[in-house]
Amino acid sequence: MQISFRGGVHPLHKIHEGKPLAKNARIEPVLPDSVVIPVGMHLGAPSTPCVKKGERVRTGQLIATPNGFLGLPVHASVSGIVTAVEPRQQLKAHPELCVCIDSDGQDEWVELTPVGTLETVTAQDIQNAVRSAGICGMGGASFPSAVKLAIPDGKKADIVIINGAECEPYLTCDHRVMVEEPERVVMGLRLLMKAANVIKGVIAVEDNKPECIESLRKAANGIEGVSVAALKTKYPQGGEKQLIQVITGRQIPQKKLPIDVGALVFNVQTAGAVSDAVLLGKPLVERVTTVTGAVNKPVNLRLRIGTKFADAIALAGGFKGEVKKLISGGPMTGFCCANDQVTVAKASGGILVFDEAMAKMDEEGPCIRCARCVSACPIGLQPFRIKFDVEQHDWDRAERDFAMDCIACGVCSYTCPANRHLTASIKVAKEMITAKQRRQK
Amino acid sequence: MKFTVSTAPHIRGEYSTQRLMLMVITALMPCFAASIYLFGARAILVTAVAVVSCVVFELLAQKIAKRPLTINDLSAVVTGLILAMNLPVTAPWWLIVIGSAVAILLVKQLFGGIGCNFLNPALAARAVLLASWPARMTAFTLPSGFTADAISSATPLGGLEVTNMQLFLGNIPGSLGEVCKVAIIIGAIYLIATKVIDWEVPVAFLGAFMLFSWLFGVNPITAVLSGGVMFGAVFMATDYVTNPMTFVGKVIFGLACGLLVALLRSFSSMAEGVTYAILIMNIVTPLIDKAIRPKVYGEVKANA
Repeated sequence: MQISFRGGVHPLHKIHEGKPLAKNARIEPVLPDSVVIPVGMHLGAPSTPCVKKGERVRTGQLIATPNGFLGLPVHASVSGIVTAVEPRQQLKAHPELCVCIDSDGQDEWVELTPVGTLETVTAQDIQNAVRSAGICGMGGASFPSAVKLAIPDGKKADIVIINGAECEPYLTCDHRVMVEEPERVVMGLRLLMKAANVIKGVIAVEDNKPECIESLRKAANGIEGVSVAALKTKYPQGGEKQLIQVITGRQIPQKKLPIDVGALVFNVQTAGAVSDAVLLGKPLVERVTTVTGAVNKPVNLRLRIGTKFADAIALAGGFKGEVKKLISGGPMTGFCCANDQVTVAKASGGILVFDEAMAKMDEEGPCIRCARCVSACPIGLQPFRIKFDVEQHDWDRAERDFAMDCIACGVCSYTCPANRHLTASIKVAKEMITAKQRRQK
Repeated sequence: MKFTVSTAPHIRGEYSTQRLMLMVITALMPCFAASIYLFGARAILVTAVAVVSCVVFELLAQKIAKRPLTINDLSAVVTGLILAMNLPVTAPWWLIVIGSAVAILLVKQLFGGIGCNFLNPALAARAVLLASWPARMTAFTLPSGFTADAISSATPLGGLEVTNMQLFLGNIPGSLGEVCKVAIIIGAIYLIATKVIDWEVPVAFLGAFMLFSWLFGVNPITAVLSGGVMFGAVFMATDYVTNPMTFVGKVIFGLACGLLVALLRSFSSMAEGVTYAILIMNIVTPLIDKAIRPKVYGEVKANA
C-alpha cells in the first residue's frame, strides 16, 4: 500500500470533477493581437523594464532585467511595438508595472542558441539556462526554478519529483501536456536531475489520469532512474509537502524547505520549459492554460504570457450564460479577477469561469463542531480553532494553534457544512502573525 | 465587465448544516416507525409535541434575543425528535413541553445557540425530567401496537424476563426510540456510510461497554440490547457539539462512555446509566479537546 498523507478530500467527486469538460481538448497554440506582460510575475522583486514605448521587439527578446536574489528576466512573448510601459491592474491588490506590446502578427523570434544536449551540458549550464530563460514554478507558486537548483552548501538532493498530480478540479493543462508532450517532460526531468546531481527522478500523477501515466511510462521506458508514480486521487495530492511525503515517506520539518529532506519538486510545465531552455535556448514566453467552466467550448490553449483573459475566453467560445466569477487558477486555490483584462502570467494554470449556479455560496453559519475541518486538514491543524482565535484577534493563540503551518489548500472551507471561511481566516492570522514577528525584530 | 471577488476556495462540499440535520432526521425514521408499530398512534403525538415545541422555543428564544433565526438548519427538529425517542409513550404533553424548554431554552439558546451547548440538549432534558418526574418518565407500557390497551410494565433492566430476540426486535417496554435495535442499527449504518457521523464514538462506546459488562459478570449481548445504550451510542453520544474534535479524542470519549454506563448499571442504585454517562463525558469533552490535538505535519518539538 502506498503511503498516503493525512486528511484531504476529493472535491466534487459526487457531482463531477470539472475535469471532463476540457480533458480531451487538444492543446491549441494561439497568437494574440496584443499582450500586457507584468514584470513581477515571479516570487522575487519585480524586474526593471529595459524597453521603451514605441520600441520594436521580437519574440523572446529581453524586456525586463532581474533584480535581487529571487529576480528573473522577462521576455517579449510576441513580436511587435511596445505601446506602453505602465502600471496596470492585475491580480494583486495594487496595479503592477507591465510592458504592453501590440503584435505585428509575424511572431518573429530573436535568434535562439541551444545551450547543448543532455550529454554535453554541465549542471551549471543548466542552472544558468533556467535562470536566463526566466523560468519560475508554473504550477502556481512562481518560485524561480534556478534558485531551487542552486543547492546550498552542506545540503544534498537525492530525488527530483515532477508534479503532475494536477489535483485541482477543472484544470487539465498539465494533463494535456503529459499526454501530448511526454518526451519534453521526461527530458526536462533528466536535465533537472543532472542539474541537481541526483540519480532518481519520479513523475507523480494522480491515478484518475491513466492516459497520462501510460504516455509518460512509454516516454520514460528504459531510462535509468526515471519512474512514473500513480498516486491516489485526493486533494491536495499536488501540494509540495504532501507530494514529498507520499513519494519519499519524509516530512519537511516546520520552517524548512524541501531540500532539507533532499527533495526538489517541479511542475510538469516547468520541466517542459527547462527542456526548451536548454535544448532550444528558448525563454519562457508561453504556457498551456485551461479555459473552462461556464464557457461555450472548454479548451487547453498554448497562450503567450501576457494574453488577456478576455482574448482567451473568446477563443473558448465566449461566456456561457450569466457570468458571476472569473478565477485565475483552480477553484480550490485560485484568485478572483475583478475584470477580464487581467493577463496570463507564467503560473496561470487556469482561467475558470463560474456562472450564477457555480458561484453560489451560502451564508456563513455558526460552527457546529462537526470536526470535518480537523479530519480533512492535510497538515493536522484544527482550522475551527484558528478561526475562533481570529475572531477574538488573539494572534498569539493562533500562532500556538500552528496557523503558520497552513498551506492554504482550502480543504477546511470546502468541507465546512456551516460554510465558514476557515481558509481565509487562517490567511488573515498568518498575515497578522508575520507582521507581529516583523515588529519584534 | 465586473465580477464577484471572493477568497479561495470557490467551491464547497455537498454537506450543509441543514443537509446533515436532515440526514440525522432520516436516520431516526426507522426508530420512529418502530415506535409507532410497537406503541401505537400515541407515539406520533408524543413526537409531534416534542418537535413542534422545540422549534417554537427556538424561534421564540431567537426572536427575544434578537439573534439571527436559524430554524432552517433543522437542528431543533433533531433535538425534538431525539427527545421524543427518549420518552415513554405515556408521557403527558406538559412533560414533553417542559423537556423541550429545558433542551432548547436552558441548554441550547442560553449558551449561545447551535454549536455552543455544552451538553446534549435532548439528553439534558431527559435528565431533568427523570429527576423531576421519575414515575412518569418510567411509566413504560408493554408494546401493544394499535390493537390492545397499554399495560404498564417494568423494563428488562428493571427485572422483566425477556429473550435476546425480543430485546433485538424491540418487543419490550421502554422509551420510544430505544427499544427496537434493528431500527437503531439501520440508522447507524446509514449515518456511518454517508459519513454524517464518525464510527469511532459508537464503536468505542459499545465495545467498551460490552467488555466491561462482561468483566462485571453481565452477559454482554443482553446488556448491549437492553435499555438505551445503543440509541445513546448512535444518536446522542455522536452529537457534534458535545464530543471531541479529534480521532483519538473521540475514541477516548467513546471508551469512557462505555465504561461509565457499565459501572452505573452494575454498581449504582440506578437500573440505567446511559443519560448520566454521556452527560458526564459531555462535560469532560472540552478537557479532552484541550489535551489532545492532531500531530502537525513536520512538527518540530519546541526546545528540541
